[in-house]
Amino acid sequence: MSDEHIDEISGVSTTGHEWDGIRELNNPLPRWWVITFYVTIVWAIGYTIAYPAWPLLHSATKGVLGYSSRNEVRNELTAAEAAKGKYISAVESKSASEISADDGLREFAIAAGGAAFKVNCVQCHGSGAQGSKGFPNLNDDDWLWGGKAEQIQQTITHGIRFASDPDTRLSDMPAFGDIITADQIAQVSAYVASLSGKVRDASLIQPGAKIFAENCVACHGDNAKGNREFGAPDLTDAIWLYGSGETAIAAQVRAPKQGVMPAWVGRLGEIKVKELAVYVHSLGGGE
Amino acid sequence: MRDKTQLTGLETETVNSAKTRKPLYAARQKIFPKRASGNFRRFKWLVMTITLGIYYLAAWLPWARGPFAPDQAVLLDLANRRFYFFFIEIWPQEFFYVAGLLVMAGVGLFLITSTVGRAWCGYACPQTVWVDLFLVVERAIEGDRNARMKLDAGPWTARKLMLRLSKHTIWLVIGAATGGAWIFYFADAPTLVGELLTGTAAPVAYITIAVLTATTYTFGGLMREQVCTYMCPWPRIQAAMLDESSLTVTYNDWRGEPRSRHAKKVQAAGQSVGDCVDCNACVAVCPMGIDVRDGQQLECITCALCIDACDGVMDKLGKERGLIAYATLSDYNANMMLATAGGSSSINPSLVRTAGGLFSDKVAHFHVSKIFRPRTYVYMGLWSLIGLGLLYSLLTRDRLEVNVLHDRNPQFVTLSDGSIRNGYTVKLLNMIPEPRTIVVTMQGLQGGEMSVVGDDIKAGRSFAIPVEPDRLKTLKVFVRQPADQIHAPAQTFKFRVEDRASFEADEYTATFNAPEPPR
Repeated sequence: MSDEHIDEISGVSTTGHEWDGIRELNNPLPRWWVITFYVTIVWAIGYTIAYPAWPLLHSATKGVLGYSSRNEVRNELTAAEAAKGKYISAVESKSASEISADDGLREFAIAAGGAAFKVNCVQCHGSGAQGSKGFPNLNDDDWLWGGKAEQIQQTITHGIRFASDPDTRLSDMPAFGDIITADQIAQVSAYVASLSGKVRDASLIQPGAKIFAENCVACHGDNAKGNREFGAPDLTDAIWLYGSGETAIAAQVRAPKQGVMPAWVGRLGEIKVKELAVYVHSLGGGE
Repeated sequence: MRDKTQLTGLETETVNSAKTRKPLYAARQKIFPKRASGNFRRFKWLVMTITLGIYYLAAWLPWARGPFAPDQAVLLDLANRRFYFFFIEIWPQEFFYVAGLLVMAGVGLFLITSTVGRAWCGYACPQTVWVDLFLVVERAIEGDRNARMKLDAGPWTARKLMLRLSKHTIWLVIGAATGGAWIFYFADAPTLVGELLTGTAAPVAYITIAVLTATTYTFGGLMREQVCTYMCPWPRIQAAMLDESSLTVTYNDWRGEPRSRHAKKVQAAGQSVGDCVDCNACVAVCPMGIDVRDGQQLECITCALCIDACDGVMDKLGKERGLIAYATLSDYNANMMLATAGGSSSINPSLVRTAGGLFSDKVAHFHVSKIFRPRTYVYMGLWSLIGLGLLYSLLTRDRLEVNVLHDRNPQFVTLSDGSIRNGYTVKLLNMIPEPRTIVVTMQGLQGGEMSVVGDDIKAGRSFAIPVEPDRLKTLKVFVRQPADQIHAPAQTFKFRVEDRASFEADEYTATFNAPEPPR
């Protein structure tokens, strides 16, 4: 430390620190700054009394205002639920087709159902509900168990071939490989394929029709248009869950694959299921 | 002995002068600009009245737009994303008009600067205008230059406290009015003023007023010339925009030097003497605290108040006005060559005058033709081109639009009869504040038909749908084409929307996807 030195230009004394002729001015902190600083200290003391702050052995001081961030989240969630409340109660009290017919309610149900679909349904039906082999496309107009909003709701609620739900959609196509011969399978497959397209050997169609009449009409109907009571598919249309063409049909006749869908009401609740039904119904194939 | 035409010289020290400039850490020296009077001062009052008038009052102008749009002439409705300017309504996607106007303002500033120098700084810049306004208040309360200097140097008496308190209070009120006027451009002004006074306005309104009050008070009242000198980038940019034909406020030392307070005495002694009597009137009025006689300086905002001050003195002395005047560098240089006999001697003002004491014919004066030179032609051309482009675009812009988003997941759906369906989100934009019925028609795609989700509309190839005023309507449209009509995996067709009442129409070319044929 050297002796007192006053800076010429500003008239301020220097701290005595000097680097290569550059001296440090000994300016005091501005008074407003110092006052603000002390105010923040006082404020901080009040703050730690008012709000949770001081750590204790197992918890922390609660603060006299009783604030808690968990409570705040809870309140916000309650408020959000309350805001949705009027829609939720409307969804609860109305049927799926009534919801579909109401512009505002439909919008709400589609948003809620769409979100639930993305979490629970995309694993099998695909993110665009487009399905894949063995998993139905929900955008189209071909419905195994019915395409009205209530029918869709019923399917989602109780599932398909879901053993633990007594009301589940149930049907069982026998494995015809054990019942009819391989030649007969080829004939009936050719007949079914001919209903919606061309076949390789037209001579098989005639005997195939006979076999169909004997074995298949009970479920698939006289005209092969299917039966939604049993989830029996329409065999005359362009949509094939397990593939089109004689070979794929023959495989399905011999040892049919049959899809299973869980019952969702236990997991999602009735309201969510209803919203899902409205969403699926809105995808373009709803009846 | 004093000459009777001799004026009392002001004992003035130049605050900002290159000769006495101190390091930047030295405390700021206060500037006490004296009131000026004259043509430029009058012009500045006028500019100030107009600019402040526009700023404070424009939000209150009404403009009838019918029952479906606000009736405020200038309104930036951020909540609804609509911007209203008299007869123009802009949607967010049309914001390029504002960008275009800003580009025009930029080029316009180049044009102004290259012709009349820093006119923006001197007359129209908000900093200049508000500092001027704050100085009016300061003068009204504390008096003119000398009184203010005396008050500032004097001890803190009750009177000084009173004066200072009232000055700062009025400054804060002006600041609050400035912040207050700003927010009226963003909401319905009469409603907002009621909400403000009853304390029910949105918090952002109060915060905006507080912030703008603080900035106005600090910049206009406390910082003043420091904003221009240290904070603003424009003085630096403008230095590069000036050329030898740009008008700037110039001290014509070719007729002023050698300056003397005792002209007659010096003349009697046989020495040459210029017109400048060194009265320092130009220094006293300068709001930037500079001496214009030191030549072009970064600090000079060319407010021209020194011209008024000097002209007043010249009038009293019976000499020609214009010792300080707007002049171009080329004229100044020519006259300087004349006064210094081609640069061979020091300034001899008698060289620019005839024997009769009048200016010689060789003295260069500014001529309007100097404004028109290649550089300004380029600026003017660019400016008008952008302006005409914007105007054309504005007059021919669509007020009815259609935007289409093709569903991507799934891209297409095969239906039970083998036909293919594609989904589209169709957005109809009715951009006028009147309800309209829009007819949507599909063109192309043989055999294709539309259906609209949720609405009981018989769609087919064409349907009509009402759209609310000034709103966008989103439709989910399914388009279906029979299997036997599909001839390619990707076909294009058009959505055409029409308002049959006004013949407005728009089209969107969409793609229709179908499965690839099996290979």
